[in-house]
Amino acid sequence: MKSTGTAAPVDPTNLRSRLKAWASPVAAEVVSLFLLGLVRTLTGSQARWWGCPPKAEQRIYFANHQSHVDLVMIWAALPKELRHSTRAVAARDYWTKSPFKKWLTSAVFNVIYVSRTREADEDPLEPLIDALHAGDSLILFPEGTRGHADEPQPFKAGLYNLALKFPHIELIPAWIANVQRVMPKGEVVPVPVLCSVTFGAPMLLQDGEDIHVFLQRARSAVLALRDI
Amino acid sequence: MYQTLKHLSATQQVGALFVLVFGLLLLAQGVVFLLSMREFEDSQAAQAHQKAVRNLGQLLKTSWALIFIFWLAWLAGDAARLVLFGLGSFFALREFLTLSPTRQGDHRSLVLAFFGVLPFQYWLVATEHFNLFTVFIPVYVFLALPVASALANDPQRFLERNAKLQWGIMVCIYGMSHVPALLLLDFPHYDKKNAFLVFFLVLVVQTCMVTQHLVALRLMRLGHAPAAPQISQSFSWRAWWAGMAAGSVLGALLAGITPFVPGQAFAQAFIACAAGSLGHLVMKALKRDRGIPIWHGEGKAVTGAGGMLDRVDSLCFAAPVFFHSVRWYFGL
Repeated sequence: MKSTGTAAPVDPTNLRSRLKAWASPVAAEVVSLFLLGLVRTLTGSQARWWGCPPKAEQRIYFANHQSHVDLVMIWAALPKELRHSTRAVAARDYWTKSPFKKWLTSAVFNVIYVSRTREADEDPLEPLIDALHAGDSLILFPEGTRGHADEPQPFKAGLYNLALKFPHIELIPAWIANVQRVMPKGEVVPVPVLCSVTFGAPMLLQDGEDIHVFLQRARSAVLALRDI
Repeated sequence: MYQTLKHLSATQQVGALFVLVFGLLLLAQGVVFLLSMREFEDSQAAQAHQKAVRNLGQLLKTSWALIFIFWLAWLAGDAARLVLFGLGSFFALREFLTLSPTRQGDHRSLVLAFFGVLPFQYWLVATEHFNLFTVFIPVYVFLALPVASALANDPQRFLERNAKLQWGIMVCIYGMSHVPALLLLDFPHYDKKNAFLVFFLVLVVQTCMVTQHLVALRLMRLGHAPAAPQISQSFSWRAWWAGMAAGSVLGALLAGITPFVPGQAFAQAFIACAAGSLGHLVMKALKRDRGIPIWHGEGKAVTGAGGMLDRVDSLCFAAPVFFHSVRWYFGL
């Protein structure tokens, strides 16, 4: 299930490439352990399964997005068993900017990249649809970008389109609390503050539900988890 | 018996003390277990009983955790001990600040507090710079931190935000760091049995708190009005005096393991218990201000794991007062 689609093909005659192929998973494991430790020390990374239990079934989690740490946070909050098959969706333009960022997101977090700029005849949801067909669960930030207000911005249509294509996959709203305080925009040193991820009750797209009604409903489901 | 104990080395004596306390805890655990097995005809009484037993179990769990940590600290040696208490400060402050809303402008001050003030304070303990240690946070940090906040150019609720941060630092770093500092004081004719002193402090304060809690529960059931019902449903002066009496008398009884004579031990225990129990009340008021009953709340999205502060707040208030009164009295 774990697909590292971005890894370069191994050339058996090239020692460097072989060494790289061997070292990368080890480094990924080490870095992921380190990051888990760091995130837990700084934030506690507490998962609150309020509306549903953590289960190994295919799901689409969608959450508010206020900081780059969100990605690490929700990844760390999931139980180990779910972490491998639950893949976050990240913006290609930001997360593949440097080789390290690219390695981090593909080898450690195993994310799915989406392009935020739409090219002519390309469906930006295609990599997500592939992953869902492969049986993976998704973590989606439907605002599309980081918000800086108290409330999440209006959701983009991607969530609706996925729900339309996969009507049987449960959609789980999640609220990530406090993360923006750990590392506000423009700061480099994180500060310890307890954060939590609250998972709400599953929702499904209703028959013939209008896109705007659905997106609004999804957004209020996320927002409602703030005060629980 | 007394003679054999007296001829043991200091280390053996401390070890014996731990064995004794762990034995007592085990005994108490057994009693709580037996209490929990009791059956009732009436379901309402059963429920009330269950709740009381659960409360007691919780209290016992705290005691276990505290004693266990002190045991570890005693085993670990000076450096590891400081790291352990430093981590305690770190987690307590993390909890405190989680519920004190800070703004983006506070970020630099927070970084300073966690990664500057905290390690430096513990370094001062390690190097026994006790004069600087006692004024570093209340004087220097007090004046310096708001500068970092002011430079962040955000006037909104400036005083409130800074006051919260200062409070967090005072309680979680300053207060807590006085516990390991006790271990490094040099008493004449006490040949490095300072672990006993920390033990004395923890035991006396914890006894005071437990007694106060139990008496308050009883008084509540009898319909006795609490002294400050908006802050605490259980705090009343009668229960407080009961706790103080229990703590101080235990202190006098424990004089043998301290550098004090019984009268002095009674007075020191009294001071420590007063600071601890009233500090606990103050922390309750802070929690009420944030609208939560305990730091480790299920009710609010932002509170995380732990409940560290609930357990150590009385110690954080008792330790500095105890430290200074002891130091002043012995002229150390």
